[in-house]
Amino acid sequence: MSDTVIEVENLWKEYRLGSISHHSLSRDLQSWWARLRRREDPNAPLYAGSTACAGGSGCDRFWALREVAFRVEQGEVLGIVGRNGAGKSTLLKILSQVTAPSRGEVRFKGRIASLLEVGTGFHPELSGRENVFLNGAILGMSKADIRSRLDEIIAFAEIEKFIDTPVKRYSSGMYVRLAFAVAAHLEPEILIVDEVLAVGDAMFQKKCLGKMQAVGRQGRTVLFVSHQMDMVRALCNRCLVLDAGRIAFEGESGAAIEQYLNAVGTRPDSISFQQEEDPSLKLQIVSGRVVNQNGEPTGSFDVFDPICLEFEYRVFQELSDVVVNFELKRNGATLFLSFDTDTVLDRRASRPKGLYRSRIKLPSPLFKSGSYSITTSTGIVNTCTYQRLEDVLAFGVELHSRPSSLLSYADKRPGVIAVPLEWTTEMIKEPV
Amino acid sequence: MIDEPKRACAARWDKVISARNGWFDLRPAEIWKYRDLIALFVWRDFVAIYKQTILGPLWFLLQPLMTTFVFTVIFGKVARIPTDGAPPFLFYLSGLICWKYFADCLVSTSNTFVGNAHVFGKVYFPRLTVPISVVISNLVAFGIQFLLFLAVLVYYRSGHLWAEPQGMVLLPLLVLQMAALGLGCGIVVSSMTIRYRDLSHLVGFGMQLWMFATPVVYPASAFPEKWRWLLLLNPMAPLIEVFRHAFLGTGSFDLHSWLASLVLTVAVLLAGVVLFNRVEKSFMDTV
Repeated sequence: MSDTVIEVENLWKEYRLGSISHHSLSRDLQSWWARLRRREDPNAPLYAGSTACAGGSGCDRFWALREVAFRVEQGEVLGIVGRNGAGKSTLLKILSQVTAPSRGEVRFKGRIASLLEVGTGFHPELSGRENVFLNGAILGMSKADIRSRLDEIIAFAEIEKFIDTPVKRYSSGMYVRLAFAVAAHLEPEILIVDEVLAVGDAMFQKKCLGKMQAVGRQGRTVLFVSHQMDMVRALCNRCLVLDAGRIAFEGESGAAIEQYLNAVGTRPDSISFQQEEDPSLKLQIVSGRVVNQNGEPTGSFDVFDPICLEFEYRVFQELSDVVVNFELKRNGATLFLSFDTDTVLDRRASRPKGLYRSRIKLPSPLFKSGSYSITTSTGIVNTCTYQRLEDVLAFGVELHSRPSSLLSYADKRPGVIAVPLEWTTEMIKEPV
Repeated sequence: MIDEPKRACAARWDKVISARNGWFDLRPAEIWKYRDLIALFVWRDFVAIYKQTILGPLWFLLQPLMTTFVFTVIFGKVARIPTDGAPPFLFYLSGLICWKYFADCLVSTSNTFVGNAHVFGKVYFPRLTVPISVVISNLVAFGIQFLLFLAVLVYYRSGHLWAEPQGMVLLPLLVLQMAALGLGCGIVVSSMTIRYRDLSHLVGFGMQLWMFATPVVYPASAFPEKWRWLLLLNPMAPLIEVFRHAFLGTGSFDLHSWLASLVLTVAVLLAGVVLFNRVEKSFMDTV
């Protein structure tokens, strides 16, 4: 007898774009009255009636999920990855019963708890202890459950001293720690997690990761959605890759992540991007490209080709202390993070209003063959982030200019980067 | 392998989420399971409202006292509206605390979906727990105000509280009906505001108009005989009349109109619960 705990069958979810309903009673009544007299609905969209519209393109309907089906066995830690808008969040929302599917069915066994956000329902005026009870109850725990785990939760969150302080006085770190602690002690049979681990300091993240792994080992089932491939790799045995609402790949994590990153890398739109200008951002990255040394946009490079990045950003009001940075990831793991102020001594230089362009030439050879992605963001160091564009650019590196047997450092050898080093060697003692 | 055992094991699933559930897919057992959450919501409402106020829960008493005082002056002294022979202060206070309980229940539950969208969008719990907890936390306020009313009553009766003992017998039923009616109307409105945002504007002043259509500041007997039947359409009217009859001995006790209002209350509540259940499954896509 298999012990399947979640079974998703032929799941579809439709969203309507643009205006939903008529939003006013009078027009709805008008439509209803017209239908009653078998007249044409005066408020009907012009192309209504053509059934081809359902699910087709070019109309105001949009299928966020199409024909999704999978099963999850007990004790499995299943990762769900995909680009923004691939349907991950919609799937999680349906699984956590926040919204209903348009077609299809989900069946599950045991208590399900979802962490689409930590600290849901926290009330700023109430103390930490009071919020533990409230948040726990919202997540489905009984008062007795919470009371028996209260000490454990408080210890996990490391806020013993402040537990009777209203949470509005907490630092954001404390707030998140407490919220995660409550969620981590839920002990449901099935836990759904959406990137909440991306919060808190590194130490706490590690602790959360450990807790999640422990949950998996205890025979409970975890569904984990994240953009952070190294986390997915560390936690999950199996992965679903979603693309445009469909399951593009299902299988072992390593293969799935590779597949996802390849898909990101081969997309023509991932070697450049454009953002609509949004003056509320103060400083906004409006476009970016991956180019070769001649300035031509391209997404695939040889190990020895120089790779160049270009970013254009607009400063909407004169600012000081701001930085623009990018993070280079290989298979979802960060290789390095670079700030535009790294080599500039005067970090506090202010930036007048205007449009700027930055060019970065990445050293070569440095990258081994594989797929790489760029995440860029702007903000004030250690203070705030204006904008963060996750995996907006991607490129692939291959080895074809020279035989790989000679250059195995750039290909098969263990290690993350390819650095041919000059070994200066001389014989320092003759044999006797 | 995939299809064959599925039928046989249908019962082993704890929960099935499907596209459309029926109109009457109500799960009272689930709400009972979340009773701790209801209790915590009630407690949160109570604590959070008064946490940074000086007078705290005293506001529960000050509000009706001040309003009653104003009513007594304006409607009693200036407009000279009859009070069926009851002391004006008691007359207005009794009408007011009943009306206030009903109106508070209605207004605060009518905002259930829109006001809690951020929580509802993240976690599942039976949505009905929110309006139920609102009605219960308002009940606490009503309880306090009712004690105030009893105190004033004793004062006017110079110590004789039990002149009309039937009041205490009817009280639980009356309170339950006010709560049910407020909850029913409130969740109907909250389910409809998702589609028609205009309704939330209507609720505020609609409740004011409704108050004047209810014998709160005047007795039902002030209504011309010819138009008395109109009061039958308003389920709150017999409620307040019965309440006054039970405690003040004035007003009319018309069993027929009270029964009619009871039937209407049950109907509104049922319609509300069904509508609410229907809406809670998909409202996140439209908010």
